[in-house]
Amino acid sequence: MTPVLDVRNLSTQFMTRRGVLKAVDDVSFTVGQREIVGLVGESGSGKSITGFSILGLVDPPGRVVSGQILFNGQDLLKMPPAAMRTIRGKRIAMIFQDPMMTLNPVLSVGTQMIETVQAHDRVSHTEARQRSRDALGLVGIPSPEERLDSYPHQFSGGMRQRVAIAIALLHRPDLIIADEPTTALDVTIQSQILFEIKRLATEFGMALIWISHDLGVVAALADRVMVMYAGRIVEAGQVDGVLTEPRHPYTSGLLSAIPAAVPRGEPLRPIPGFAPSPLSRPSGCAFRDRCVRATEICSTEPALEIAAGREFRCFHPHVERAA
Amino acid sequence: MTVFVIRRFLQSIAVLAVTAIIVFIGVYAIGDPAEMLIAPDASAAERAQVVASLGLDKPLWEQFGTFIWNALHGDLGRSFVFNRPSITLILERLPATLELTLFGLCLALIIGIPLGLISGLNPNTATDEVIMTGSILGFSLPSFWQGMMLIMIFSVWLGWLPSTGRGQVGELLGIHSSLFTLDGLKHLILPAINLSLFKVSLVIRLTRTGVRETMPLDFVKFARAKGLSENRIVFVHVFKNILIPLITVIGLELGSMLAFAVVTETIFAWPGIGKLLIDSIMRLDRPVVVAYLLVIVSLFIFINFVVDVLYSLVDPRVRIGEAS
Repeated sequence: MTPVLDVRNLSTQFMTRRGVLKAVDDVSFTVGQREIVGLVGESGSGKSITGFSILGLVDPPGRVVSGQILFNGQDLLKMPPAAMRTIRGKRIAMIFQDPMMTLNPVLSVGTQMIETVQAHDRVSHTEARQRSRDALGLVGIPSPEERLDSYPHQFSGGMRQRVAIAIALLHRPDLIIADEPTTALDVTIQSQILFEIKRLATEFGMALIWISHDLGVVAALADRVMVMYAGRIVEAGQVDGVLTEPRHPYTSGLLSAIPAAVPRGEPLRPIPGFAPSPLSRPSGCAFRDRCVRATEICSTEPALEIAAGREFRCFHPHVERAA
Repeated sequence: MTVFVIRRFLQSIAVLAVTAIIVFIGVYAIGDPAEMLIAPDASAAERAQVVASLGLDKPLWEQFGTFIWNALHGDLGRSFVFNRPSITLILERLPATLELTLFGLCLALIIGIPLGLISGLNPNTATDEVIMTGSILGFSLPSFWQGMMLIMIFSVWLGWLPSTGRGQVGELLGIHSSLFTLDGLKHLILPAINLSLFKVSLVIRLTRTGVRETMPLDFVKFARAKGLSENRIVFVHVFKNILIPLITVIGLELGSMLAFAVVTETIFAWPGIGKLLIDSIMRLDRPVVVAYLLVIVSLFIFINFVVDVLYSLVDPRVRIGEAS
């Protein structure tokens, strides 16, 4: 089965006054049909920029400099802007992090939904409104007919995120990119939204890229997980494997920094230091300055190792428990 | 909404009352109109008679009381100079000023908004630099000098447009305005441009800033992610957000344009209320000055009210705030 999305050697850079900032550096991955992939990393690791690169929404001075983004076999990077616009929102939809900011405050929710329908399908206003109402109902917004005439500030954060999800669902896209959509929400609302998205993705057979810094959320949701560090994917594999038996020291570092994962009374073990500035990344493994296992060889670039459905870039991986 | 209107109305009355007191006392302090009105060789008896007929011999509080009493009956006093009701004098000339100001404002918006959009959407390009530099000129060149240059270029050198006065007035649907005749328009263009140049710069800068502030916001990116066309994003999503600051400033500016069209009206000999005010101040024609200021204050209040209503139309957050 061909993957929905096949990203090959994607590099996105920002030409800033202080130099070239490699936000995404030679990233490759695939997303299969109906697959839910978690993309995990710290702030600034390049996970959001990866999402924006796929949709062609990287703002200047940022630019995708090389690579291929094959969506159903078509290279999105070679597509003219007009054609790209017909993909955006129609075949690939995106949900943003902060629901307070993603809806236009001066336009009614109905207007913002109807315009999305009419941007891609030549349908009457009445029909577009009907589809919008159905989409609102689908994501669990009570009395959707009246809510269409409401404005964003009349909704709570969770409800606004539901509206954003409804907008993403309007055209039943093949792929949804969700950029930390639950980060700004209360925990209870978070789990509701998670549940809804998972249900809808399964129901409509959509693939999902879930960008998050929260390993717990990804564990609950995703089939596969990719860990990003300093613009690169350092480890990828099935969720169960990666989160229970991490190979890359960064992944294990992330896991032991989660409060709930550490037995009560034992100190948390934060990863020492900070992520390197994207303007001056060390050569070789970018994690080596913070890594207890680092040696001389880490100043050269570790190759991507593929073993048993697991990919990682490390000279000193944790050994598999079975081995 | 009804509560809002009533509250607004009461506030307006308070503002008018306070203005009336300040203006009346202020004008009283400027000087004695009797000095200006009575011939130097008049006898003391004649003098006393004129002063008494104008009511100038009474104490300030009594004069003010009479003024207020008459004002409540719709009489803002008679001009000392013209011996006609001051309000009539003002209302005769108000249409000329209104026409000039509104036309100038439209020019400012028609020129300013597109240039501001172009500038804001293409920041730091050559086009942007040219527009921005031009707007600095609009800000910094004094209005009277701009006016004289306009006359020099378009009236004296090119001879395209007349330099002074108001042209023929046409009538359409019961409204009298020089907008409806070619001659009227010709006379209107130069003073309107003069009056609007500063505002053009202001509108350009406001629009540009608005675009620059709104474009990077998440909802614009989200609109792109929805696959909307760039036109829809700029003219609906961004523009409607820019309208909010634009309306505020335009409302304030319209009031000040009306009140301070004086310079332009003087340069172009435009028969509006600005010129009447200057003349009246020179002659210490108290009733006209007081009536003028009250009319202007009323206009300000009215414009502000319209702005608030427009606000609630544009910004749903304001609308709901009132209902609760």
